[in-house]
Amino acid sequence: MQDLTPQERIRNFAIIAHIDHGKSTLADRILELTGALTEREMREQVLDTMELERERGITIKAQAVRVLWKGHQLNLIDTPGHVDFSYEVSRSLQACEGALLVVDASQGIEAQTLANAYLALENELEIVPVANKIDLVQADPDAAAAELSQLVGETPERVLRISAKTGDGVTDVLDAIVERIPPPAGDAEAPPRALVFDSSYDQYRGVVAFVRVVDGSFSTREPLVAMAQGTTFEAEELGVLSPARTPVASLSAGEVGYVITGLKDVSRLRVGDTLTSRSRRASEPLPGYQDVKPMVFAGIFPTDSDDYPELRDALERLRLNDASLSYEPETSQALGFGFRCGFLGLLHMEIVRERLEREFDLDLLITAPNVAYRATRRDGNAVEVHNPADMPAEVESVEEPYVRASVIVPKDYVGAVMELANDRRGSFDHLEYLSEDRVLLVYELPLGEIVFDFYDQLKSRTRGYASFDYELAGFRPGELSRVDILVGGEQVDALSLIVHRSSAYDRGKQLVERLRQEIPRQMFDVPVQAAIGSRVIARETIKARRKDVLAKCYGGDVTRKRKLLEKQKKGKKRMKQVGGVEVPQEAFLAVLNLDGERKK
Amino acid sequence: MSERAAHLYVHLPFCAHRCGYCDFVTAVGRRGQHGAYVDALLAELELEEGARADRVETVFLGGGTPTFTEPRELARLLAALPRAEELTVEANPETVTPALAALLLSNGVNRVSVGAQSFRPNLLSVLERRATPDDVRRAVHTLRDAGFDNVSLDLLYGIPGQSAADLDADLADALTLEPEHLSCYELEAKPGTRFTHAHGAELERQADAMEGYFETVVDTLTRAGYRWYETANFCLAPDRDGGRDLRARHNLAYWLGRDYLGLGVGAVSTLGGVRRRNLPSLGRYVAALRAGEAPPRELEPLDPGTRERERLMLGLRLDEPLAVDTVAGALDRAAAERLAARGLVRLASGREGATVALTRRGRFLGGGVTVELTV
Repeated sequence: MQDLTPQERIRNFAIIAHIDHGKSTLADRILELTGALTEREMREQVLDTMELERERGITIKAQAVRVLWKGHQLNLIDTPGHVDFSYEVSRSLQACEGALLVVDASQGIEAQTLANAYLALENELEIVPVANKIDLVQADPDAAAAELSQLVGETPERVLRISAKTGDGVTDVLDAIVERIPPPAGDAEAPPRALVFDSSYDQYRGVVAFVRVVDGSFSTREPLVAMAQGTTFEAEELGVLSPARTPVASLSAGEVGYVITGLKDVSRLRVGDTLTSRSRRASEPLPGYQDVKPMVFAGIFPTDSDDYPELRDALERLRLNDASLSYEPETSQALGFGFRCGFLGLLHMEIVRERLEREFDLDLLITAPNVAYRATRRDGNAVEVHNPADMPAEVESVEEPYVRASVIVPKDYVGAVMELANDRRGSFDHLEYLSEDRVLLVYELPLGEIVFDFYDQLKSRTRGYASFDYELAGFRPGELSRVDILVGGEQVDALSLIVHRSSAYDRGKQLVERLRQEIPRQMFDVPVQAAIGSRVIARETIKARRKDVLAKCYGGDVTRKRKLLEKQKKGKKRMKQVGGVEVPQEAFLAVLNLDGERKK
Repeated sequence: MSERAAHLYVHLPFCAHRCGYCDFVTAVGRRGQHGAYVDALLAELELEEGARADRVETVFLGGGTPTFTEPRELARLLAALPRAEELTVEANPETVTPALAALLLSNGVNRVSVGAQSFRPNLLSVLERRATPDDVRRAVHTLRDAGFDNVSLDLLYGIPGQSAADLDADLADALTLEPEHLSCYELEAKPGTRFTHAHGAELERQADAMEGYFETVVDTLTRAGYRWYETANFCLAPDRDGGRDLRARHNLAYWLGRDYLGLGVGAVSTLGGVRRRNLPSLGRYVAALRAGEAPPRELEPLDPGTRERERLMLGLRLDEPLAVDTVAGALDRAAAERLAARGLVRLASGREGATVALTRRGRFLGGGVTVELTV
């Protein structure tokens, strides 16, 4: 594999598909057929390295594998399969000249198929449509082929019909990659430029960048510079994944491989940046670099405050692998010490939470997620707000992020989806029949409405038939209010939320009712209120207990009663004081978890 | 043993039947064993002579059903006990006959505590009590006829199915009998009892409706001239009974944190820095004492801090203010101030020094208030 492959014999491609449509199985089969791995070496879904990815059937970290087929070098660039990582997907696609667009022939096109296909088309990739899972009895390859051909503007005959599971048709896929996807077009003699489309962290060797060389060539030990960020380092090792790391002396135009940078911080080398040589520096970086900003925020607190240092270490370690995760210390009166974390989206948040709990064995309390807001104060100063409690009381205007959401459903559910979208302040963009029975609906919606149990509602109102995807569509002004929750007259910081005026009353009422149920009755009446500024919009009263006595206490009971008292005393130590009221941590947990459960 | 106890508790575990809600150490029937058990009690009494003060102030025979014990054996026991100013025996109504009353009286008993529990037949049957409402009335009259002038009634409230009207009627029926003393307990569904298994869910359903029962009990009895001197105990006020202090002196000793000596199976003693509990096995208790040995026991050392916390916990159950300097290490002063501001605690200082007591509302919430007040 050290032989220099002429550029016209290189093919760089990605596989794009909706979740569970067979992307990883097809990748496995390609590795097997090209002899990159013997069957004995095969594990299911080789490319998905992390335990969590394997379990959830999704790919979080893109990787690139080089295989050989009929005298050609094929570089398979794996892409993450979810909207939260769409920037990574777009960078991965930019590293390719073509893409296999895989659709489950028993399901047809889904929302992610569309989103990914559009991304591929935007990047001017040659799309090879593939109808997968033709071995399933319920598969309808003709229908899938019809949908696919319409989507990518091919004739149905050009749609490959395969079963990645049985291997049926996979050699045709390999042939099509060679025949239909063009070779890379870069200038081998120009100053070197390589696109960083992914990175990972190796605890011994630092940041490993995955790159597509566009022009020129790079050599081992060459001093390099990342053009957007200005980070400089030496290429400690160049190599390719086949699929094990295999060092090479150089990487040339058109090739895909890795660079071991020795950098100790992933944030210094961002996906989308352009590498060039310090001595043979390119004048222009490759287009499209973005500093991806988190859009969804939540407070993460250890259930046991003693675990705070462990949580901090765990976040530090996670961030080494995930440059898009951001966090800063947060102190909540109600929940203690924790972190306000920024995520690309809800799935990203779920993944981080699960990794923290699973890989670091932490018990966590996570506040209801919110989006990033841009608030303009009366004096004209603008601030970006990541925590509802930080929203200035007096604002001139507030902007919130919007998304363009695509929903694909059987036509019988169009009404249900429209109703939900209207409830969530969506504005209708257009509707399209993908086939006789299946409809694509496009809406613009505030992201803040999506982070609050939108998936859940969509699934239940369409009996699970809807598929859903979205892309960010910028910030827009909204009639937004900060709702505060007060217990015993005192604000509970962790429960503040920002909502549209139209739903402020309902959300406030819900929270207040839940708290009334969860906070144990005290020795005096406790008001629980929801307020916008100084205006109370919902109120409940936790009525004082009328009695609380140990029925009897004689000589034989004293020890037992004393122990009971000591136990209660100990229980109180674990409570948080809010407005003179002892609130058990469990109450916050229940309120926040109820919120979370609604979303699942 | 540094302290010598002036208060003696004697446990008689025998019962005709075990009531569903009971979690005391009891033994059903076993008439053949009563003699052997009394032998063992007397042996333990002798063994513990050194722990007993020369002048015993109070003796309390509890159970079980002390009056279910074979009369001959009961008489033998009573005769052997030291004389005391107050000698109380617990009695179940159905066991009270003129003969029993005479036996008690002639053996120095001067106070009888009758386990009435309720006057509603349906509630008595829920409690698995054997006595009928008429048995209760008859028992009290029998004791009166025999000459007892200090009779206490036990009542339970919060019984599954008990309406507010049932409670009013029970209190009225009890007051008609003009007892010198009343103990009113909320029924506790103790985990693991047969009763909780049968009625626990029902009790939980009724919890809200029954929340005001404690207030009803206190209001009714205080209006009728009784002194609410302890969380669950009431006695005729002195002005209603020729100036007699009718508080249960034996129990008052517990609540004042005094030492006491307990004899019998399952009985507990608190003597200086040690609390000890005779284990609940009747057979092993009798066998050990027959062999001249102390019965099997578990010991719990009590450091001064613990005793102080107990004194606070117990003392706050009483209506009389507690001297702060006797519980200084256990009392959270800041919490006391806070609760005083909330109207739950009364702090005062007089010639005798600072005192702490619960207000009326504080007493209804005595459990929670005590937790707060304890360091």
